[in-house]
Amino acid sequence: MHEARLIGFRTLLYKEVLRFWKVGFQTVAAPVLNALLFLLIFSHVLDRHVTVYGDVAYTAFLVPGLVMMSLLQNAFANSSSSLIQSKITGNIIFVLLPPLSYREFYAAYVIASMLRGLFVGCGVLLVSFPFVDLPIAAPAWVLVFALIGGAILGSLGVIAGIWADKFDQLAGFQNFLIMPLTMLSGVFYSIHSLPQMWQDVSHINPFFFMIDGFRYGFFGQSDVSPWLSLGVVSVCFVLLAVLTLAMLARGYKLRA
Amino acid sequence: MTCPALRIVSATKRYGTLQALAGVDLEVAQGEFFGLLGPNGAGKTTLISALSGLVRPDGGIFEVMGHNVVTDYRNARRKLGVVPQELVFDPFFSVRELLRIQSGYFGIRGNDDWIDEILANLDLTAKAGANMRMLSGGMKRRVLVAQALVHRPPVIVLDEPTAGVDVELRQGLWQFIRKLNRDGHTIVLTTHYLEEAEALCGRIAMLKAGRVVALDTTENLLRRFASHALRVRLERPENASALGATLSDSGWAEFALERYEDVEPALARLREAGGRILEMRLGEADLERVFVEVMNRA
Ligand SMILES: Nc1ncnc2c1ncn2[C@@H]1O[C@H](COP(=O)(O)OP(=O)(O)O)[C@@H](O)[C@H]1O
Ligand SMILES: [Mg+2]
Repeated sequence: MHEARLIGFRTLLYKEVLRFWKVGFQTVAAPVLNALLFLLIFSHVLDRHVTVYGDVAYTAFLVPGLVMMSLLQNAFANSSSSLIQSKITGNIIFVLLPPLSYREFYAAYVIASMLRGLFVGCGVLLVSFPFVDLPIAAPAWVLVFALIGGAILGSLGVIAGIWADKFDQLAGFQNFLIMPLTMLSGVFYSIHSLPQMWQDVSHINPFFFMIDGFRYGFFGQSDVSPWLSLGVVSVCFVLLAVLTLAMLARGYKLRA
Repeated sequence: MTCPALRIVSATKRYGTLQALAGVDLEVAQGEFFGLLGPNGAGKTTLISALSGLVRPDGGIFEVMGHNVVTDYRNARRKLGVVPQELVFDPFFSVRELLRIQSGYFGIRGNDDWIDEILANLDLTAKAGANMRMLSGGMKRRVLVAQALVHRPPVIVLDEPTAGVDVELRQGLWQFIRKLNRDGHTIVLTTHYLEEAEALCGRIAMLKAGRVVALDTTENLLRRFASHALRVRLERPENASALGATLSDSGWAEFALERYEDVEPALARLREAGGRILEMRLGEADLERVFVEVMNRA
């Protein structure tokens, strides 16, 4: 019996992974190329002029930010696009008819999103090797923030994919929430270089803590303590997970 | 004691102000070939969706093979195979991949023998490796049937499975469904082809505006609503209803008769009323007539 449940869950996870892997050129290679272009342009323009945390070259500072940004955006894209496509084409019923629980449903979609995020993140890290000399001071922090960040955006993607009835609603969610929050999170700069007001604003943006904590794993220093970041990020994840699970349990927009 | 294959008690469902199900009670015994008929919008799909967990009913009890579809949904869903009305498919996968994945959702691995058998019976073997996008409408419809069968459900519900499927394929599909029924599967079918329902179903429920308006064996329905029909084309068809006949769209007046002896009095009434007969036929009752009559009375 439990064996059967495990197979059900694993099949949904496998299907969700296969779905992006089959079009990996678009879902993994394209975002890696995107990040590489950012890296080339920004580092060329700024590398000689800017250092961060005293002596960290700008390009080195930038890479973890780009890795995390790509990871987060792709984790979101995975669950949200899969769900809205299934809803619009109607094939969502194939996962609603089987004996899968809403928890298994949630876990499969979020873990697949995390995996896509990790693939893209690793890709960005790999292509940046020739350009920067990047230390990894505390790999455990890197991994922890990559996982929780992916899970948060994967959950947000589930929420957005279920809530949106049309692709442009989803695009709105992405353009007016996800993009600004990532762009203003310190991907491209240390918030200490900002005026005080903008520093304060950054501190209410959970994405800031994801990226700052992630960066700590590389340099061993960051704008705020990694423990604070871990706390904020964990609370965010728990709140989102509870919200998403509540939506799924009610069958919101999935079971009429 | 064996439980019914399906048990539905006081099912209600409202969409806004529209009462899609207005208190449906229905029991289907194991091994039945059951027909669920009704005009568009009668609530057939809503009823099936509530049974399969796609729709949350406002009230009522739904059971599949004795398992409540809410409190014991895992077992209920394992016992139920649903062929949806809409022609939906996942464009990312081939037919075989899709069937393997669908098996996996139901907790089944290594299901290829059964998948091959289903494919062969549905005449899809040659398309096993084809991507879903490359299939014709009729093929996609048969893949939907295949997907509903991967977990060998004892109860199979088909929501208008022959819509858009050509005659030859329809025959093949029915042959397969009949075989499944002979092997012990309970079949519930909705269709717009009443002659199909008449030929296949042992028992029939007719739904109108979310209510069951007729429920009986096919045989009884045909008998109850007159087993014979005297059809005449009259010079002045507008007199038909005054004489106790019903006027069809094509202009034929129909007298429903219990026995052949009733032909004579009907003709006598016509003669007395001075109705001139242009053409006359005597036919057996068919489900279509029963259906029309039930819907008009309800
Ligand atoms: N998701 C929905 N939202 C609003 N109304 C719906 C929905 N689904 C079905 N209905 C309405 O409920 C009624 C019953 O529909 P349905 O069960 O599909 O009928 P049938 O399958 O017998 O043709 C129809 O009037 C239909 O328009
Ligand atoms: Mg319908």
